[in-house]
Amino acid sequence: MRRTTGRLARGITLLSVLALGATACGSSDDGSKDQKAVSAGDIQAALKKGGTVDVWAWEPTLKSVAANFEKKYPKVKINLVADRSGDKHYTALSNALAAKKGVPDVAQVEYFALSQYSLTKGLTNLAPYGADKLKAKYTPGPWNAVNDGDKVYGLPMDSGPMAMFYNKKVFDKYKIAVPTTWDEYVAAAAKLHKADPKVYIANDAGDAGFTTSMLWQAGSRPYKVDGTKVSVNFDDAGAKKYTDTWQKLLDQKLVSPINGWTDDWYKGLGDGTIATLTTGAWMPANFVTGVPKAAGQWRAAPMPAWTKGDKASAENGGSSLTVPELAKNKELAYAFVEYANAGDGVQTRVDEGAFPATVAQLQDPKFLSKKFDYFDGQEANKIFADSAANVASDWSYLPFQQYANSIFNDTVGKAYVSGVKLPAALKTWQDASVKYGTEQGFTVEK
Amino acid sequence: MTTLEPPVAAKRAPARPAAKKDRRSWTGWGFVGPFVTVFALVFLAPIGYSIYLSLFRDQLIGGTSFVGLDNYTQALQDDQFWSSLGRVSLFLAVQVPIMLGIALLIALALDSGRLFGKDFFRIAIFLPYAVPAVVATLMWGFMYGTKYGLVGDINTAFGITLPDPLSSDLVLASIGNIVTWEFIGYNMLIFYSALRVIPLSLYEAAEIDGAGQIRVITAIKLPAIRGALVIATIFSIIGSFQLFNEPAILRPLARNAITTDFTPNFYTYSLSFNGQQHNYSAAVAIIMGLITMVIAYVVQLRGMRKGA
Repeated sequence: MRRTTGRLARGITLLSVLALGATACGSSDDGSKDQKAVSAGDIQAALKKGGTVDVWAWEPTLKSVAANFEKKYPKVKINLVADRSGDKHYTALSNALAAKKGVPDVAQVEYFALSQYSLTKGLTNLAPYGADKLKAKYTPGPWNAVNDGDKVYGLPMDSGPMAMFYNKKVFDKYKIAVPTTWDEYVAAAAKLHKADPKVYIANDAGDAGFTTSMLWQAGSRPYKVDGTKVSVNFDDAGAKKYTDTWQKLLDQKLVSPINGWTDDWYKGLGDGTIATLTTGAWMPANFVTGVPKAAGQWRAAPMPAWTKGDKASAENGGSSLTVPELAKNKELAYAFVEYANAGDGVQTRVDEGAFPATVAQLQDPKFLSKKFDYFDGQEANKIFADSAANVASDWSYLPFQQYANSIFNDTVGKAYVSGVKLPAALKTWQDASVKYGTEQGFTVEK
Repeated sequence: MTTLEPPVAAKRAPARPAAKKDRRSWTGWGFVGPFVTVFALVFLAPIGYSIYLSLFRDQLIGGTSFVGLDNYTQALQDDQFWSSLGRVSLFLAVQVPIMLGIALLIALALDSGRLFGKDFFRIAIFLPYAVPAVVATLMWGFMYGTKYGLVGDINTAFGITLPDPLSSDLVLASIGNIVTWEFIGYNMLIFYSALRVIPLSLYEAAEIDGAGQIRVITAIKLPAIRGALVIATIFSIIGSFQLFNEPAILRPLARNAITTDFTPNFYTYSLSFNGQQHNYSAAVAIIMGLITMVIAYVVQLRGMRKGA
């Protein structure tokens, strides 16, 4: 009996040691290896040799790109995993990186989440592969998002210069002018809601991405990031512009408390009870598939301005393709990323409705004069391209924006359901973000 | 494992052939071996690993380091943790008595033998328990909708404005309603089966003594099913403290009302999967486990003492 007990004890000890070892590995890797330049020849050789590339990306147009890529390089197999998006995608990616197992060769990462992964050395610097020479191909906003000094952590896939989509039928019915400034927007909101209490100018139940984009356009720069030094401050002139205006909408209950991407939301966009939607230029494809009922009723317009005539815009969403540090076959992975986001793949994606981040496509007359059936033949790309050219620069997200966004409704959400005012609510978000940043080892200036 | 020691008397038994003794003890291990192995793998190892994890801290900047009991001291001072615990305690104090009370009433009604269609009622009331919690919550979430859900339809049909069940003030009660709906049948069945095993002779004696129905319930039925009541209470306490499914599934409908630290379990989930704070999350989970154990144990001790 004693012998068996001993063996059991040894077994448990062995298990514990294995567990210890597995975790211990996590800290021993400093990841600051010097990278050698990879020549175009190396990449060509890898393509000839072939192999499998695991791609985790939910961007729908990549399906055709992958098929074309496989046709061009028959020895390469693209294994596209597209069933996860948003938080689920990042959780899976973070877990794979932490476990150092099952890491994909290519991963889609939205601009706001990029620095979190590059900072923790989860992503390959693509500059040695030739990505640094592609700068001129992209508009400045997306390029700034993927580029950190002499390092390039991904290639921009699309961008989300903001525009205001509005239901023309509703505005025509109540003879209300389409707002061009946020003051007009508030006035229009009141008129619409008075004309029909069921109609709201917009839905907003607290959305971190929307609020940060609004702050961006208003000239607020709440996040300052310098390596591991960060600061969070929602108390600036730009933020005040936003909170003053938006508080009016909340106080008078002029925005519908519906969350985006829910059934209620699609219904509201379809039946005219949500009259405008201010969001990224990637939206039209979602209108076509999600709100087919309202085809012909909606139009695109420039995002309302803070002062009349001001053209400043902001980005909302948009993502890049990256190559994780632990990818198996980086040459092949980079070849695919370049093909999809800088090479022939771009046109394929644009043809399927993606909004590009590349200058060539954005300035292509054919692209600009594309008539959107959904918008009753409107050449909406002209509005989007104009917005892209006017995106205010020097915005940055936190290196832990993904977490910060996840607690947005815990904090700022209070402004939507109770008497808490937006500035105070933003302050609680700021405090919670600072707390997390400090816990994670950042130097946070208050 | 200590219980596997042979009785003291057996150890002292003189002059047993050594080989025989050895074989006997081996046989015992053969029988419990499969259990011990599985128990160690699926029960002890995860707990051990969680405790091990909870002693470290993994930061985005600086990586993993050993911090001893720091995570525990932090958790004990964590307002978010205590407020979530307060919320489930309130839930426990209100929802569990209501649920068990109704379940007990139904069980007594079924047992009284005066109900028409008894079998149908028993199955119908038990049925919600057979619906997976996720499906049940989705269904209720749809009914709670004030725009296009049942509540919205009632508002339109009668021209009234019912309060929003998913607002900050009411969401806990709405979750309580879902849980009550789900588990009344389950608890009713526990009580009912306990009632069925009461010897009929007791009732006959009561009848001879001229006891009425109420007297029979208070003097015979309730004391007889005390054990079942205690068990159901303990299950309900554990269930309340582990509240997760309902808030997690309703959250997309009420992001501002259901915070990421709504219940202790949901808080550990958020810490782990949104914040990548696996170590701290493990510490919070262990503290929560200990609190649940202590409370369940106290209830059991009290229940059993009264029963003695």
